Amino acid sequence: MVPLWMYLAVAAALFCIGVFGVLSRRNAVAILMSVELMLNAVNINLVAFWRYSETGTDLLLNGYAFTAFVLIVAAAEAAVGLAIIITVYRNRRSVIPEEAVTLKG
Amino acid sequence: MELNAVTIGFFIFSVFTLGGGIGVVTTRNLFQGTIWLMVSLFGVAGYFVLLSAPFLAAVQILVYIGAIAILITFAVMLTRSVTRIRERYIRTVPSFVASLALFLVLLFGVTVPIFGEQNPEAIPAFVMTTRDLGVALVDADGYVAPFLLASILLTAAMIGAIFIARDEES
Repeated sequence: MVPLWMYLAVAAALFCIGVFGVLSRRNAVAILMSVELMLNAVNINLVAFWRYSETGTDLLLNGYAFTAFVLIVAAAEAAVGLAIIITVYRNRRSVIPEEAVTLKG
Repeated sequence: MELNAVTIGFFIFSVFTLGGGIGVVTTRNLFQGTIWLMVSLFGVAGYFVLLSAPFLAAVQILVYIGAIAILITFAVMLTRSVTRIRERYIRTVPSFVASLALFLVLLFGVTVPIFGEQNPEAIPAFVMTTRDLGVALVDADGYVAPFLLASILLTAAMIGAIFIARDEES
């Protein structure tokens, strides 16, 4: 079997790729895609810890069910985020987050 | 660590996941970026199969590749006419340094046994079926409250997305 730390290392690498994308990309859609990468890295961690843990039977499903809820939240986040991006694009002809400054003080 | 089907599959899915992720953050054409995103999500689904969570793998492919990636593709095409973004990145060097430092810290944390010795051979040999998950989701001692909250969240997100993206004139 593959040891646990290899799953965690791959998840850490995927998370940091996502962090780099979120911090540096100019296009809002690309930023949202990088956020999806980060959520997937977290999901790998949750499922790996669930598989390798030796907890009692009452906690047997925690990591599994939490991953399912992360999937649900990710779907909601993608839908609302893309709706906001499309609305900003329609009003400003721009998908660059730095140009949406109406609420800036 | 011997070379068997699980380890070979692990390395193949690692290439898919990390290669797809690097493709997402480096590609200039965002449409290709969604394809790379699908490759990366497929690799994660492969991990779920290796970790004996086949239901999650199926949900990953259906929800992520089938719905979210297609949604992102629609967003890319709807905002496509704006091609005046010359440069892909801002703050490239600080972002790269920050993410690399974070990666090194995380790698140190997962490889050095700070929280006790790791015992990778001690994998519980239990079999969990999808039926157990279904029972736990509607069990009062299980996850019925988060399940109902997730349903409300999905409904609210759907209504909110339709309301936000609706055209004002029509």
